[in-house]
Amino acid sequence: MAREPLLRLENLSTHYVSAQGTRVVRAVDEVSLSLNAGETLGIVGESGSGKSTLALTMLRVLPPAAHIVGGRILFEGEDLVAKSDGEMREIRGKRIAMILQDPMASLNPLFTIGNQVAEPIQIHEKTLRSAAWTRARELLKAVRIPSPETRVRQYPHEMSGGMRQRIVGAIGISCQPRLLIADEPTTSLDLTIQAQYLNLLRELQRAHGLALIFITHNLGIVAKMCDQLAVMYAGRVVESGSVSRIFNAPAHPYTRALLGSIPHMGDPQQRLTAIAGQPPDLAALPRGCSFAPRCPQAVDRCRAEAPPAFSIDDGRIARCWLAREVNRTTLAGAV
Amino acid sequence: MSAPADVITLPSPPSRAARRRAIRLGDIPIVPAAILIIIALVAIFADQLAPHDPEVGKLTARFKPPFWQSGGSTQYLLGTDQLGRDVLSRLIFGARVSMVVGIMAVIVAGVIGTALGILSGYLRGWVDQVIMRITDTWLALPALTFAIFLAAIVGPSMWNIVIILGVTYWTRYARVIRGEVLSLREREFVQLAVVAGCSKWTIMARHILPNVINSATVLGSLMLGVVIITEATLSFLGVGVPPPQPAWGLMLSDGKQGLMVGYWWLTVFPGCCIMLMVLSANLLGDWLRVKLDPQLRQL
Repeated sequence: MAREPLLRLENLSTHYVSAQGTRVVRAVDEVSLSLNAGETLGIVGESGSGKSTLALTMLRVLPPAAHIVGGRILFEGEDLVAKSDGEMREIRGKRIAMILQDPMASLNPLFTIGNQVAEPIQIHEKTLRSAAWTRARELLKAVRIPSPETRVRQYPHEMSGGMRQRIVGAIGISCQPRLLIADEPTTSLDLTIQAQYLNLLRELQRAHGLALIFITHNLGIVAKMCDQLAVMYAGRVVESGSVSRIFNAPAHPYTRALLGSIPHMGDPQQRLTAIAGQPPDLAALPRGCSFAPRCPQAVDRCRAEAPPAFSIDDGRIARCWLAREVNRTTLAGAV
Repeated sequence: MSAPADVITLPSPPSRAARRRAIRLGDIPIVPAAILIIIALVAIFADQLAPHDPEVGKLTARFKPPFWQSGGSTQYLLGTDQLGRDVLSRLIFGARVSMVVGIMAVIVAGVIGTALGILSGYLRGWVDQVIMRITDTWLALPALTFAIFLAAIVGPSMWNIVIILGVTYWTRYARVIRGEVLSLREREFVQLAVVAGCSKWTIMARHILPNVINSATVLGSLMLGVVIITEATLSFLGVGVPPPQPAWGLMLSDGKQGLMVGYWWLTVFPGCCIMLMVLSANLLGDWLRVKLDPQLRQL
């Protein structure tokens, strides 16, 4: 009955090791996730919680100091960790594409739009230049760039921010990937363009049957865009599962704190809630649960022993000693 | 009728004199550009322009002064040298040597330096270490001594000089280009090329190289003066362009004995030519640097 998911991460760990080998930063630690074709997974967490490193790990484009120290990345049944660099290049851009944090700066100022949209097509599909350019024009039309015939010959500085954004989207889907990873694609945009861009990504997802991974710290975007959610804290996934379940009944105290810190409209008296304390130093994690020092509900066991991943209800996982208990009470309260 | 106190007086537009002061010599590249273009044209059309054969002289007409001095004739406008060769014709053909050597050496140095700079800056790691330590070592060698040493090994000829100068002066390019690449490789469009599946070589050739061409051009125009001076120096010292080929440095060297006995035209004219060309190249380079690449201003 259970069909094989498009992407499955199994106990994936990526550590940054300093030049002397003395300092190890566990940026991604024992992460397990899965994503079905056509679905959207949101990954949220504070800055420095390992979200971006996780994305770079999936494409194997890590900086030299970072190493995948364990686990598997199963993509369409193949383990990407075991692939050679050459095989990975075939996959990058063709089967898994990525949109970067600042799409405004993602275009080379010296080349025309057409050139840059056609480049991955020429590289991956070995097509002729003219065919790739025809396809580039179609792609621009698909991302709703007006008069693509003239736009392909223009340079990035002749475009508005929103258009450049959509062009980066066009580059992302140019080789019809199965999976698109978007690393905070809207942080550099103002709100109206954000909404347009998110709608566009949704449309592209529907039209091409894309699976999307959305890395963000904006829970509003997650609520709007995602089916699945993974909450990261200190390099680990502390809670994952379907968005509606997590939003209705967060099992992990950190998720609850995140949801609680969303400012509410129409209550000017209310102070903004913040999570007390700082995220831990990833090179010197506490012995027990890494959230324990900031957790309002921490008990002695949390400080002594790191919690394993408990599976709570269908497909939902939380790394918290209290998760099962808490979950039962919140469910009881909701009913 | 006095103006109210809160009226803001706008600064008046600068007077004409002030505007004239604001235009500095470096802002007008017309003069140096014109000089370089004229020298280039002279070099190209040397065969048509030169009134005499630059390498064959008449021994009966040795040490003729320029035409306006007594004893000079309009047949030899700028006089003749110790072998009776026409100085003007030799200057005209010497322009060809200076232009070819200058431009080609800058290109050779630029190609070597830019390629190594890109490799070093993009690949980092041990490649970077090796290339930069070689560059450091190279920079520690006195350029002129090193060039003389190389010239002594490979022997004098115009094309050898091109290669020698290229091999001597690539280090500056490597340094500057590496610095540029270090910042370029962190830019998002390079990152995007990585996640779009471009290989290292594609990225270096298609995304890095076009972005450093500006800096390389500016550096090249600044190097032109240095290279021409070095060529003249090598020729002066007798390890450059071999006689009887006319090169400005060689003419200076040949004429220096005559300086004490009043044959000033043998040294002053080639000296002026070298000075004019180097000055023009530097002024143009300076202007290009300000125009094209503000980052290089502190160089």
